[in-house]
Amino acid sequence: MATPAVPVSAPPATPTPVPAAAPASVPAPTPAPAAAPVPAAAPASSSDPAAAAAATAAPGQTPASAQAPAQTPAPALPGPALPGPFPGGRVVRLHPVILASIVDSYERRNEGAARVIGTLLGTVDKHSVEVTNCFSVPHNESEDEVAVDMEFAKNMYELHKKVSPNELILGWYATGHDITEHSVLIHEYYSREAPNPIHLTVDTSLQNGRMSIKAYVSTLMGVPGRTMGVMFTPLTVKYAYYDTERIGVDLIMKTCFSPNRVIGLSSDLQQVGGASARIQDALSTVLQYAEDVLVSADNTVGRFLMSLVNQVPKIVPDDFETMLNSNINDLLMVTYLANLTQSQIALNEKLVNL
Amino acid sequence: MASRKEGTGSTATSSSSTAGAAGKGKGKGGSGDSAVKQVQIDGLVVLKIIKHYQEEGQGTEVVQGVLLGLVVEDRLEITNCFPFPQHTEDDADFDEVQYQMEMMRSLRHVNIDHLHVGWYQSTYYGSFVTRALLDSQFSYQHAIEESVVLIYGSLSLKAYRLTPKLMEVCKEKDFSPEALKKANITFEYMFEEVPIVIKNSHLINVLMWELEKKSAVADKHELLSLASSNHLGKNLQLLMDRVDEMSQDIVKYNTYMRNTSKQQQQKHQYQQRRQQENMQRQSRGEPPLPEEDLSKLFKPPQPPARMDSLLIAGQINTYCQNIKEFTAQNLGKLFMAQALQEYNN
Repeated sequence: MATPAVPVSAPPATPTPVPAAAPASVPAPTPAPAAAPVPAAAPASSSDPAAAAAATAAPGQTPASAQAPAQTPAPALPGPALPGPFPGGRVVRLHPVILASIVDSYERRNEGAARVIGTLLGTVDKHSVEVTNCFSVPHNESEDEVAVDMEFAKNMYELHKKVSPNELILGWYATGHDITEHSVLIHEYYSREAPNPIHLTVDTSLQNGRMSIKAYVSTLMGVPGRTMGVMFTPLTVKYAYYDTERIGVDLIMKTCFSPNRVIGLSSDLQQVGGASARIQDALSTVLQYAEDVLVSADNTVGRFLMSLVNQVPKIVPDDFETMLNSNINDLLMVTYLANLTQSQIALNEKLVNL
Repeated sequence: MASRKEGTGSTATSSSSTAGAAGKGKGKGGSGDSAVKQVQIDGLVVLKIIKHYQEEGQGTEVVQGVLLGLVVEDRLEITNCFPFPQHTEDDADFDEVQYQMEMMRSLRHVNIDHLHVGWYQSTYYGSFVTRALLDSQFSYQHAIEESVVLIYGSLSLKAYRLTPKLMEVCKEKDFSPEALKKANITFEYMFEEVPIVIKNSHLINVLMWELEKKSAVADKHELLSLASSNHLGKNLQLLMDRVDEMSQDIVKYNTYMRNTSKQQQQKHQYQQRRQQENMQRQSRGEPPLPEEDLSKLFKPPQPPARMDSLLIAGQINTYCQNIKEFTAQNLGKLFMAQALQEYNN
């Protein structure tokens, strides 16, 4: 078998630590849960101040000083594959397969587990972080301690790397509504695997009637010179789709409408029919709007409508007739040939078996 | 590939004892009956296959992976899958069996169904009827009765199994023309397609609604675009190649037939001459010449392998089906374009 061409993604250029990159506008709209002191289970041997801070930080009274992240040396960020602290607009692009995988792991969780966690894999580029794969990691969580099977996580990552060597560990996910103290610990575990890991939460408990999907990254906060706390700042989440994924998601979405959540796959012609039905619906909505606002209409909408109507190319009828006929002839000829070939091989079959 | 087939055979046997025990109780027909009437796939599996194909499968390499799930009555439920890395020359010591075992063991830890129920493969414009596929599917189906192969190609997903008759032939490993004739296999009866349904859990449905709200309006231009000659051209090209192979095969078969009949004639002539000579000798009182072993004198020509031509015929059939579906689509689109134009004038 020929060697498949594995696309080599160039890792992003090593960014210089941006000192003033954390301007005062670091948005923390909801008071991000500060690291409450985590007893006993905190790894005491860690040398970085972030972990030590997690163990003993004062709860969220310390204002999130914008100066602090800039001035602390931040030795907790080895190997800069991701540029230093995330500026506010950093985007995380998720593929739908990740979310489906997370929900599936949640449904298969162990008895008594309130949430599941796992690793996120993907690629990084200058403007965004793209998460393309994930796997769940077994963990145990109780009131006062948390244990994550990091050995398992490492093994799984090795196995996954064999299939897609470009994927890096980007961070971790957890189901559930809140970020708990255990999350800080787990986040610290993951910061050993990946520089500046991302934390993704998927709210499977459906609080507020929504499944909210949020992403965070941790930043240091606190008074400089004293013990530092950890704060989770939110990131923008966008959804990325390949074209085929788009069609796949639409196909799967159809199960929402069927009573027993089961659908069959349709033939090609039905798909074309479906797509044209959708366009027809869109057109009738637009038509309705146009009829309703005959007198006082919005100019921009009017311009869009004009360009829409002008999309249909103006072709001399005779030319169009010739084009149409030649295309139809081509297709009919191909169908005829295909049928002929099929009957030929059937005939051959009969003859050979005589 | 060979090591993987044997590997999967052996791992399949180890897990088939569990799968078999689970499946055997539930409405399996006799060994001749197809035990699976329907394949039920989770949405997650569809997304994973699409993702794997998108990332690795551009070009003529096929991507493959393993399907996991379980058998419930006459349905085969596929609940998860994982991809198989492609063969690269620089990992000569890559052990596929070990990869598979490790993966399945790890997945078992997180409560994912670890029962092997089949495998999937992507295709290049629908060309999948090959000897390799046949062998792989045979070893799977031999070990796990209900296994299927999912073929994914240009936005369509189909599940196939080998027909019982073909299974018999493969078991004997006898692909000679007589055996195939006896089994009466035609190219249409090699693979049977199993209908697929997609099923999602409620929580996934909630997720879908969530995604629908957040993502941009679907832009499915490819489905409605008229510029399809590329796809059609490639299909026709592949069809032509196969037809060429087929015609070569037919020529070989014809020469074989001609040779056998010529040989028969020669044998006949030789026998007659012998008889005449013997009669002459008898009339002269001399001892007759010994009957020589005709089969040593006239070696019968080798009959050409029939299995390959069967596979080619099957592949041609698939191509023709694809082309017909495709032209049906395009005719529909052309008529729509015509309607639009008429309105304009």
